[in-house]
Amino acid sequence: MKRISVAAAAAATALLATPAMAQDANLARNLAATCANCHGTQGAARGEMKPLAGVPADKIVAMINDYKSGNMPATIMHQISKGYTDEQIKLIAGYFAAQQPKK
Amino acid sequence: MSFESHTDLARRRLLGTGLALSGLALAGCASTGGSGPSIGRVVVVGGGFGGSTAARYLKMWGGNIDVTLVERNPNFISCPISNLVVGGHKQMADITRGYDGLKALGIKVVQGEVTGIDAAAKKVRLAGGGELAYDRLIVSPGIDFMTDGIGGLASALATDQVTHGWKAGPQTVLLRKQLEAMPDGGVYALSIPKVPYRCPPGPYERACMVASYFKTAKPKSKVLVLDANPEIQSKKALFEKAFKDHYAGIIEYRANNELKEVQGTTAKLEFDDVKANVLNVIPPQRAGDIARSANLVNVNSRWVGVNWLTMESTAAAGIHVLGDATFPAPAMPKSGHMANQHAKVAAAAIIQLLKGEAVNSAPVVMNTCYSFVTARDVVHVASVHQFDATDKTFKTVPGSGGVSAAANQIEGRYALSWAENIWADMLAL
Repeated sequence: MKRISVAAAAAATALLATPAMAQDANLARNLAATCANCHGTQGAARGEMKPLAGVPADKIVAMINDYKSGNMPATIMHQISKGYTDEQIKLIAGYFAAQQPKK
Repeated sequence: MSFESHTDLARRRLLGTGLALSGLALAGCASTGGSGPSIGRVVVVGGGFGGSTAARYLKMWGGNIDVTLVERNPNFISCPISNLVVGGHKQMADITRGYDGLKALGIKVVQGEVTGIDAAAKKVRLAGGGELAYDRLIVSPGIDFMTDGIGGLASALATDQVTHGWKAGPQTVLLRKQLEAMPDGGVYALSIPKVPYRCPPGPYERACMVASYFKTAKPKSKVLVLDANPEIQSKKALFEKAFKDHYAGIIEYRANNELKEVQGTTAKLEFDDVKANVLNVIPPQRAGDIARSANLVNVNSRWVGVNWLTMESTAAAGIHVLGDATFPAPAMPKSGHMANQHAKVAAAAIIQLLKGEAVNSAPVVMNTCYSFVTARDVVHVASVHQFDATDKTFKTVPGSGGVSAAANQIEGRYALSWAENIWADMLAL
């Protein structure tokens, strides 16, 4: 009985959470814009910063996870990456993957 | 003084019809840069990191929206990187950028001074008599100085005897010239106000940059840091190490040395006087003048309180305030980077509000700040701030922030790339 109620609660939470996330169609865009100061508007970076426009989403997610875990050494991204939830990273990665890389 | 009293009836009638006055087209007449009807008129006051970014993102995200940017200066001159000009490692041209990119997007850029805001009538008054009507107003005024508590400072600044160098432009040039004219063996004194002030690590970076110049050009000279605070306010261990490793015998740091009075280039402190050859005083600060005259200042008589979901002022409906002028969320720095992030929250929210749609309920902002400790070696501080729906403010994510392990040249290159990217992001370069 208890186990069922926990599962039901989890399912209810998931149901509630998903539409709430999906509700704001601009969330990915807004989150990705927080990266633009260094990585360029819509991911079209200049200078020595890593461009993100057109980079496959799974590659961005893997990179961020490596920064978070410390597997990939970094000057600053090991800190900044920890500020975003996994769900937010997925949205950001999806947004940049869909942008045209700068020619 | 209300500007309504200066507004004659005929002018109001003209405004009501949306006609141009004094040769200035109203926001409603500006090109929308797209097809279909405009979703609204937004006037942006101030073309710095906050205002320029807001104008650009309103246009990029909003499409058919009339955006007018009012800025008093003909070009944007960046405070970040300006300490490199003070140190002689960069030129003014390196930190100066134009507004042509924004104009090309269909943003109307007006070089002028805003002298009043009528929140009830939703109008902005310009020096010279023009007026701009808006549906939503963004005020990104930066800071102005509070010199009243420091005797002699206002006149010393007005006569260029003392510099602040805390708004990049002619002050940056003046400070550099004073340093160049100073004889070897002279003293440069830098007064730092109590927090909060614009750019927490900036003064300590400036001390390093001036010392780097002295080290090669005037090795018998001294940098005396007179800090009103009890300790270095940002990247403390990293700056202490830089002072010791690179500038031993040049930089002398004094905590708890609040400036009381200025006489010539002598700084009078509580217990002693410091006679300097070049006196650089960063005065205590508050929200920019226009925020005060428009009655937007409502926190500690210095700052503007905002709703963090929209950046709308808690003092006046329909007016959004960005950047250094705001009363910050906990641990949120006053920085150009943060003003850019504020602007994106505001731009997204204003577009939603003009469309009558719900605003983003979970905004995120983040900060990155690089400081040069030598011409090539840089240290950073970073943080990520997520909106907390319970407390209705941004909160720093634990573990998301931090500083460099040590000063390094890789971040020296990243710092310059950061500048190019953020200038391009805000000005559509």
